[in-house]
Amino acid sequence: MPRELWKGNEAIAEAAVRAGLEGYFGYPITPQNEILEWLSQRMPELGRAFVQAESELGAINMVYGAACTGARVMTSSSSPGISLMQEGISYIAGTELPVVLIDVMRGGPGLGNIAPSQGDYSQIVHGGGHGDYHPIVLAPASIQEAVDLVPLAFDLAEKYLNIAVILIDGSIGQMMEPVELPEMRPVVRKDYPWATNGALGRKRRVLSSIYLEVSIEEEVNLRLLKRWEEIQQNEVRFKEYYLDDAEIAVIGFGTSGRIALSAVRAARAQGIKIGLFRPISVSPFPARQIAELAGRVKSMLVVEMNAGQMLKDVQLAVGNRAPLEFYGRLGGVVPFPDEILGEIQRIAKEPPSLGGNPAQRWLARMTAPKK
Amino acid sequence: MSTVVTPENLVYSRPAAFTDTPTHYCPGCTHGTAHRLIAEVFDEMKIADRVIGVAPVGCAVFAYNYMDTDFVEAAHGRAPAMATGIKRVLPDRIVFTYQGDGDLASIGMGEIVHAAARGENISVIFINNAIYGMTGGQMAPTTLPGMKTTSSPSGRDVELQGYPIRMAEMLATLEGAGYVVRRSLHDPKNIRLSKKAIRTAFETQLRGLGFSMVELLSTCSTGWGVSPVESLDWLEQHMIPAFPLGDYKIAPSVAALKV
Repeated sequence: MPRELWKGNEAIAEAAVRAGLEGYFGYPITPQNEILEWLSQRMPELGRAFVQAESELGAINMVYGAACTGARVMTSSSSPGISLMQEGISYIAGTELPVVLIDVMRGGPGLGNIAPSQGDYSQIVHGGGHGDYHPIVLAPASIQEAVDLVPLAFDLAEKYLNIAVILIDGSIGQMMEPVELPEMRPVVRKDYPWATNGALGRKRRVLSSIYLEVSIEEEVNLRLLKRWEEIQQNEVRFKEYYLDDAEIAVIGFGTSGRIALSAVRAARAQGIKIGLFRPISVSPFPARQIAELAGRVKSMLVVEMNAGQMLKDVQLAVGNRAPLEFYGRLGGVVPFPDEILGEIQRIAKEPPSLGGNPAQRWLARMTAPKK
Repeated sequence: MSTVVTPENLVYSRPAAFTDTPTHYCPGCTHGTAHRLIAEVFDEMKIADRVIGVAPVGCAVFAYNYMDTDFVEAAHGRAPAMATGIKRVLPDRIVFTYQGDGDLASIGMGEIVHAAARGENISVIFINNAIYGMTGGQMAPTTLPGMKTTSSPSGRDVELQGYPIRMAEMLATLEGAGYVVRRSLHDPKNIRLSKKAIRTAFETQLRGLGFSMVELLSTCSTGWGVSPVESLDWLEQHMIPAFPLGDYKIAPSVAALKV
């Protein structure tokens, strides 16, 4: 396929169509509206299901119902809408259904704003809904990568009967880049042995997330955890840049990883031995790879567009193997490469020591009176 | 015993669309009556193997234990949204929700109104017994003024707690609704009329004539604190005046149906 100029949200929506999306249910919220709008045209013209729901609660529960039939289904939203969907996400996890969710993050908390942010990391990766469950979360750093991850998200969701999330921020949703879209795949309605699609002669099926017998509920939880272990074994994805001889490793996902790469290249040009580790699957988190990396660098810098939500996972992985620093911008502010370069230069000049709280040190720098 | 029953003298049996499961409902509860009517309609229409039911949160959370069809279990109030998702990807199946008053008229008000407004081709069986049964008898959106519940111990004070909501009347105003009626389960005549309405609701869906809902006035003798027999009388004397029985929306295409 030729490369064409596509807007992120529309490219993701079209990639889902070509991956055999059978049903989409969504609700308008900026900055993800183009996904809903694109599919409002594409799905009906292909004879597939599209509903603009009455709310995010409605949308996630429509997806929940449609997923029960074994159809390939998806919804999308942005941070406040995702907060509303958490009820349904927990139910879908508890019923062990494959669903794909696109989260185009914006600034928060509360109504916040419509600027790019990575403030949903915790609520998506560590589960904003009740109970013990883990979504698969893929965090692309470009439109091409997002487009490539969409069919994978469906395949992983269906393989593991798990929710798979594409986690991007408003900038990837709104910007335009040249992309090669995948070929159109035919829609294949799978006849899963669990799908409630009308008994039609077979024994009836019931799908539910209720297990009043506590010992059975515990068994369900243990099954989910064993499956999650398998996902952790098999589905960790990441990308490394210039890390072979690096003394400083920057870690960032999605857009902040991409901006950090520009800073890393600039620092390399100044002779600083530095590289970038960009988790693509932020859940399962590449903890083992980051731990290994920590053993061979002198210091690490985590960069995020939040107050250090992924930092906590990095800290768990790194332990005392390497000193950590953090740099974040908040509330919809996107860092410039020069800001990150400044942090890199500071670390290169005065290598940090082990211990302390990198988020606290960052907050002190951020809130220090301007000289 | 089985030798006594022959096809010639058999006048009453479990519907084929029912499972062989002892009831968990309280003595005198009309959920069992409503379940049976639905199962009888499935048998008559021969549709049980095409049905996907959506169970609510509330006493009927285990409705799927009794009806021998595919079933899913919704979150509180979200059954119409779940049913929408199922029906949109499987338009040739029969999809219905079974919801109580707390589920449908309180926490799920948004979902039911918009399913009706979209003309979602699903059927809704709405059990209105003016109380939250499963959680122990709290005030419902359909609790009558002055009615005592565990969360309105001095009786529902309309100055503080507002007025009951008449769902059939409200949903009947929506153009997407094809068939919206209210019936009652307090005596044999009304039970027969309820069954006919349930049949019409599923016929409406089968023919793609839009959203259908049968509101069934029901009892909760446990929650109301009266005997099963008294609860039937209480329903007739107090609930029917507040929630008049009748046909609130019958689209011309539905009126033309011969049921």
